[in-house]
Amino acid sequence: MLHRILDIISSLKLTIVCLSAAIVLVFVGTLAQVNYGIHVVQERYFQSMFVWWPMEGAGAKFPVLPGGHLLGAVLLINLIAAHIRRFKWGWSKLGIQLTHLGLIVMLAGGLFTDLFAVESFMRLANGETKNYSEDSARAELAVIDESGAELDQVNAIPESRLRKGGVIEHASLPFRIVVKHFYQNSQLQMLNGKTKLEPAATQGVGARVGVIGIPRETAANARDSASAVVEIVPPGSQPLGTWLVSDQLGAPQTFFCAGKKWRLAMRMARYYKPYSLTLQKFTHERYAGTEIAKNFASKVTLADAERGENRDVLIYMNHPLRYRGDTFYQSGFEKNDEATVLQVVRNPSFVAPYIACVIVAAGLLIQFGWHFAAFSRRRKNIPATA
Amino acid sequence: MKRYLPWIAPVLAALWLASGWRAQKIAPGDFDTAAFGKIPVFVGGRVKPLDTVARNSLVIIHGKQTLRLKDGVTLDAMRWLSDTMFNNAVADSHPAFVINNPDVLGMFGWRQEERKYFSFAEVAPFLKKIDEQGEKAAGIESAQRTPFQTGVMNLRNALDLYERLKNSIQPEGVANFSSEIDAYEKAMPAGTDAVLHQQKGEKFDAEKLNAFAAMAARYEKLAAMASVRVVPPEQHDGAMQGDWQPVGASLVQSIIGNGISPVAKIYAQLGDDYRAGDAASFNRRVSELFSWMAEHQPRATGRAKYEFLFNQVAPFYQAMTLYVLAFVLVCGSWLGWSRTLNRSAFLVLLLALAVHTFGLVTRMILQGRPPVTNLYSSAIFIGFGTVVLGLMLERIYCDGIGMACASMIGFITLIIAHHLAASGDTLEMLQAVLDTNIWLATHVVVVTLGYSAMFFAGMLAILYVVRGVFTRSLTKDSAASLTRMTYGVVCFATLFSFVGTVLGGIWADQSWGRFWGWDPKENGALLIVLWCALVLHARWGGFIRQRGLMVMVLFGNVITSFSWFGVNMLGVGLHSYGFMQKAFPWLVGFVVSQLALMAIASMPLERWRSFARAADGVVEK
Repeated sequence: MLHRILDIISSLKLTIVCLSAAIVLVFVGTLAQVNYGIHVVQERYFQSMFVWWPMEGAGAKFPVLPGGHLLGAVLLINLIAAHIRRFKWGWSKLGIQLTHLGLIVMLAGGLFTDLFAVESFMRLANGETKNYSEDSARAELAVIDESGAELDQVNAIPESRLRKGGVIEHASLPFRIVVKHFYQNSQLQMLNGKTKLEPAATQGVGARVGVIGIPRETAANARDSASAVVEIVPPGSQPLGTWLVSDQLGAPQTFFCAGKKWRLAMRMARYYKPYSLTLQKFTHERYAGTEIAKNFASKVTLADAERGENRDVLIYMNHPLRYRGDTFYQSGFEKNDEATVLQVVRNPSFVAPYIACVIVAAGLLIQFGWHFAAFSRRRKNIPATA
Repeated sequence: MKRYLPWIAPVLAALWLASGWRAQKIAPGDFDTAAFGKIPVFVGGRVKPLDTVARNSLVIIHGKQTLRLKDGVTLDAMRWLSDTMFNNAVADSHPAFVINNPDVLGMFGWRQEERKYFSFAEVAPFLKKIDEQGEKAAGIESAQRTPFQTGVMNLRNALDLYERLKNSIQPEGVANFSSEIDAYEKAMPAGTDAVLHQQKGEKFDAEKLNAFAAMAARYEKLAAMASVRVVPPEQHDGAMQGDWQPVGASLVQSIIGNGISPVAKIYAQLGDDYRAGDAASFNRRVSELFSWMAEHQPRATGRAKYEFLFNQVAPFYQAMTLYVLAFVLVCGSWLGWSRTLNRSAFLVLLLALAVHTFGLVTRMILQGRPPVTNLYSSAIFIGFGTVVLGLMLERIYCDGIGMACASMIGFITLIIAHHLAASGDTLEMLQAVLDTNIWLATHVVVVTLGYSAMFFAGMLAILYVVRGVFTRSLTKDSAASLTRMTYGVVCFATLFSFVGTVLGGIWADQSWGRFWGWDPKENGALLIVLWCALVLHARWGGFIRQRGLMVMVLFGNVITSFSWFGVNMLGVGLHSYGFMQKAFPWLVGFVVSQLALMAIASMPLERWRSFARAADGVVEK
């Protein structure tokens, strides 16, 4: 029995089935981007175990295709199993062995990246300094205690927790937060006589604003705007009321509880760094007489008290800054070229594809070179026929 | 004597090629607009000869590089541009604007008749309508535009380009521009004097000031309209100062500089001569302008001359013709007289490759870039790659197969390139993210070579099926050798597609911090790699043999064409080059043809003419 299972998971048939399924998945996933956008497709087709149909709406759903993670994992197991079972040392096999070893590194690296890489953005206006980057795909609810003499105490509640709803309690918060509503993507509307919307909350801005949940964004450059209605309940007393929090609201809202002043704000999730960047100048060159961009460059000052770094760095197209595991790439610009957008990536397995590429290319070269040499030897022995 | 027979066709072809390199003679008393076409100007971010501006503009407006008038006379692009820049009234009556869409015509209250070319004068009453509709269409994503919206937007762009060309050198409708400039120059001292006095709050000559200010304003407007920058930057101590400028801007700046640029003056005189029909004077001034440029802008002039030669020779057109000749010779060699015709075809194909390479290298030199920078150049490079591959295979097998595939794909890719050129300048400047020659030279070139190999293998499969089903020529030996060839080319395609795709990932990691983003173009490349892996594994596992390999390789054509063209039509992702509505039916047609061939190949072997006799099982399943 075990042998049979081993036979199956190391079989060439399984490889062929997986490759065929992968081709269908990639093809369908590419076409689906026209309607659903790159982010949604990535999540539902490539970073999932199954592709479900129908994609939208409640009710019964059926898995119609294996997803990217499932296929990748099965292929990886298949590769490793086949490698172990059929491994024979020999020069003629070296090419094949290397190729598949490289693929194992690549698949494993890909899986690792999918699980552990973090992408975020740092937006800096000229002269501005920041020690954090922001994740435009995820929001967080920041509850800030302003009473500290020098530093504020920030408690950030991630979007995933808000989505679950219910009651949120934490040792550093002298009150409970009850999530009344959570909207993955939303629109806010000022209330006036014409709209039928109810006020979203009883306190703060929410008393004058209504909120509607809308479908998630599909365009590559659009992002969801999360909102929530939360209730603040001090222990053993009546609730203070409900607040509307949304990343569309500019200024944070405040309330008093337990003798302290608190700020409340829904914002993009922040990743704090042990160092800071200051934008000195952003430049955007165009070719004369055209709107075609010639170069974008951000001159920044990198300051790291811990390591005693303080230096100017130029980040421009295809020349990222790599520092303490983060990589900063020139990604875009804002506000009439007065602000830069840097993409910040933390990917612990970023070297995997580099290594894999070299191994596979060497393997393929050896394998096909071997074929070709054998082929030429054969031809030399046969007189050529036209 | 027999030894020389194979040389006849190649020598004739070489003579025909040489004729393309000869400079054109002009009839006495005619405007030498060809010489005028060599003058360097600055458009779209780079220096190019006026000839290129003329050809690209006419292709955008008219869809072709020449213009046939109502009386049957054919204007070349330079002649049309000269009319447009210098003789507005005449140019307005040329039927230059192509309108194919019946709804666009309907907007003007016209019916679609035999005619599809219209003059500016005919369209002029509807300019406002076109502008309104075009602006609406411009706000819509390209993939979502209706044919009407695309049509009206194209017309609006063409009209805009035309009006900018008309106002590039002189204000529209001017009678004698050089005397106007002279007057401006004379008025300059008094005018600037008046301005200075006014600024200091002293007494000034209001009349002189107003007259002068009106002229300056006129040239300001001209500068804003112009699309061609003809006045080169001035040199001080060997260093260039500033950018190239259109005549209008140069005239405005001459107030604070060293007077009016001699270039602006010559252009003004050229226009006056042209309108007056004084060819002798026009030609003299053109050579005067050329000498001035050669002295003051030697680099720009050299480049312009080189690009002019490239335009005139049209190497890709020549190569296209030679590929057809080579293909005919190869086919001939299969019918009889094989040794001679095969050799002949080989020489012609070498010649074609030489011209093709000249074109490719020239583009690289002019752009200062690796060979593939846009879809157009990828077509050129795929053709180049397949021809090199085909010649190499021919050296090994000597049976004409490699040459047949090479010449066929070479021809088809150049035709595709020709149609892709309709968007204007194919040597356009690159977006910043592409601005790294290392990645362009490695990732893009390697991926494109992968496409070449895929199409080559596909062509071999087409040959296999067509020969096997429709002729009796596919013997056991030739079938086996075709299979070996196909298998080898698929291996080659696997290597190149894989390395190219991973290099693309590494580039993405370098510039966006993301090795893989599931972008459509990336997925297209991945599909090719997966398909190659599938074919190879299926063969290694014995799941497919000869015919199965061929059927799968035919489907490889579908996948490669999807990856090369199809994903660009989706209009999403970082590699999207805009929707190409015209190419869509062709792509569908190609895919359908490949599926049909696969169906034909799947017929029982008794229906294959080559194998019907060989029922004794000499051919593998």
